[in-house]
Amino acid sequence: MTTAIHIHSSVPTVSPIRRFVSRNFRVLVTYSILLVLLLLNIQLNAKFFTPPVITSSFNQSMTLIFAGMAQTSVVISSGIDLSVGPVISLSNSLASAVFADGAFGMIGTVLLVLLVGVLCGLINGLIIVYGRLQPIIVTLATASVYSGVALFLRPRPGGFVPRLYGDLLTSRLSAILQPLSGEQKLTGSIFDYIPASAILLVLVLLVVWQPFRRSKLGLWVYAVGSNQGAAYMSGVNVNRAKIAAYVMSGIFAAIAGLFLTAQTLSGDATKGGVFTLQSIAVVVLGGTSLFGGSGGVAGTIAGAFVLPIIRSILFFARIDPLQQPLWEGAVILLAVTAGASRILTIKNRLNLMR
Amino acid sequence: MAVSSNTSDNTGFGLWRWFNNLERQQRSVVIAYLMIIVLVVLGSLLVTPNFASPTFLIKQLQQASFLGIIAAGQMAVILTGNIDLSVSWTLNLAAVLATSIAGGQDSGFIPGILVGLGVGVGVGLINGIGVAYLRIPSMVLTLGMNALLKGMIVVYNGSAPKFEQAPPLLSWFATEILGDIIPVAVLFWIVISIVNYVVLNRSALGRKTYAVGNNEVAAYLSGIKTRRVLVGAFVLSGVMNALAGLMIAGNAGRSFNEMGEPFLLPAIAAVVVGGTSILGGSGKYLGTVAGVILIRLLDSALNIVQVPPAVRDITFGLVILAMLFLYGRAEKARE
Repeated sequence: MTTAIHIHSSVPTVSPIRRFVSRNFRVLVTYSILLVLLLLNIQLNAKFFTPPVITSSFNQSMTLIFAGMAQTSVVISSGIDLSVGPVISLSNSLASAVFADGAFGMIGTVLLVLLVGVLCGLINGLIIVYGRLQPIIVTLATASVYSGVALFLRPRPGGFVPRLYGDLLTSRLSAILQPLSGEQKLTGSIFDYIPASAILLVLVLLVVWQPFRRSKLGLWVYAVGSNQGAAYMSGVNVNRAKIAAYVMSGIFAAIAGLFLTAQTLSGDATKGGVFTLQSIAVVVLGGTSLFGGSGGVAGTIAGAFVLPIIRSILFFARIDPLQQPLWEGAVILLAVTAGASRILTIKNRLNLMR
Repeated sequence: MAVSSNTSDNTGFGLWRWFNNLERQQRSVVIAYLMIIVLVVLGSLLVTPNFASPTFLIKQLQQASFLGIIAAGQMAVILTGNIDLSVSWTLNLAAVLATSIAGGQDSGFIPGILVGLGVGVGVGLINGIGVAYLRIPSMVLTLGMNALLKGMIVVYNGSAPKFEQAPPLLSWFATEILGDIIPVAVLFWIVISIVNYVVLNRSALGRKTYAVGNNEVAAYLSGIKTRRVLVGAFVLSGVMNALAGLMIAGNAGRSFNEMGEPFLLPAIAAVVVGGTSILGGSGKYLGTVAGVILIRLLDSALNIVQVPPAVRDITFGLVILAMLFLYGRAEKARE
């Protein structure tokens, strides 16, 4: 007893702030980068803090944010999901087809698309777990199937999406609240500065991500990603945790597709494809290790904002538009590799090779 | 991971017994080749009687050789437990530079080719050094390289694309069928395949490649210069991608943007369908060849029937899944 007390007193008490910093170091780095880029952007563009610019930068990042969140939940379990892009395409095509049909109404359509997202993720998870196959290959194959289904639903770009749906997700809060406030003009008020998509993001975080993250299942996903054998030994249901991670990915990808639909007001079975690789880049930018077991969506969200901001900086710095992709590529390469390079963080050469 | 399940089963006769006594890896290669035969038979019964004709199959091999060259490089990288996602734009940059330097003239052929292949070596070196020495996960690094290379092409082309037409000699290499029997492109693929096969199966370098993929720490502690092996694999992949880019440009008669996009995922699929473990350390080169032919035949069968792209994608995915279930499954876990 006395020894225990002795040991306890010899351990310096860590301040909560310090603990927070050491636990979230990578995420804080990403947010610092984001802050620097933001300041640079404000310096270059005087109109940066105006309602239209704020709204459009949120809208431009939002699909990628949700795609990144989809990838994050799987990467935490040390898996990978190459079907994120095709599921986005699929839900975009499905939404445009069902909206055109009009039978389900707006809420019904959204629920149906989310359900299909869950189904896609469930299929991935079940095949990976019970087929005992590697995630990268399984999702490569299901990606082909899902984009086939998307093409089946929408062979040519088009379809009909109600304007109201698009406005609800992509306009400013002031525009949405205007009918409620009656006489009083909301233009110029605080609501003008809040994009509807930001509200959507907060809602998704509060209703979908946080409950999952705080649940037993969410904890299991981290445990499995960190050390599958140890997790199994501690009584974690490894199979269920892995399936849950892929289902979460399906849900987030479906949300991404729903947002893309609101943004483009049409369906296109090929629009989502680019998001597969971009989602991986964003996850890494956000400080989630591809080896699993750590990280979260907070970093991913920051990572997804980095790309459009770089684009905007290049634009306002009057860089030749032809050189933009090169600079974009260079910055991504640098940011991603600097974040992921392990030679800087590991002490033992043998540990490097794991 | 290369567990040879040598549970000798002496029941049955002849071929069946031989098949049962094969190692797991060899068995998957045999299954892949059997699938090719099944596909050819099905194709000639259901698609068109021409499917089994030599002219048609030779044409298929010629088309398959581009994918085959890429897959040869990709396999080396996958064997070490890594992946090369920079296929598309490495191939594209090599082709764009080669055609613009050659300027459509055979006199510019050699410089064009050399610069094109130089791109492959350069990209491979950067990828390899990044993965082996800086320890950046290959998936991340090669993905970033891909974005960078894409930007380089846009800058190089400027507002108007540079000269895109392939020199006649390059087209000859990619499309000529010698004596109506053997396409030059297939000859290239065969030579590369023989070298690859011999290196992987009969040389120290090949053994080292498998060793690194199996357990890099153990390989390192046994005195293998694992980092050099990794760099070598990525350089091979880069050069193969560049070579394929030149061939594809020759085949199409010109270089164009996004010409490499349709090759990345099929190349990975071909390697895996051929029985190579995506985790590295096990797989047979002959299986990769089978995987390439399989994917090519499947693609053209679906092409000829003129099914909608939707059905094509779905079938493609389902066939890969089916092949995985046949032999890609891990041993039942005993955690």
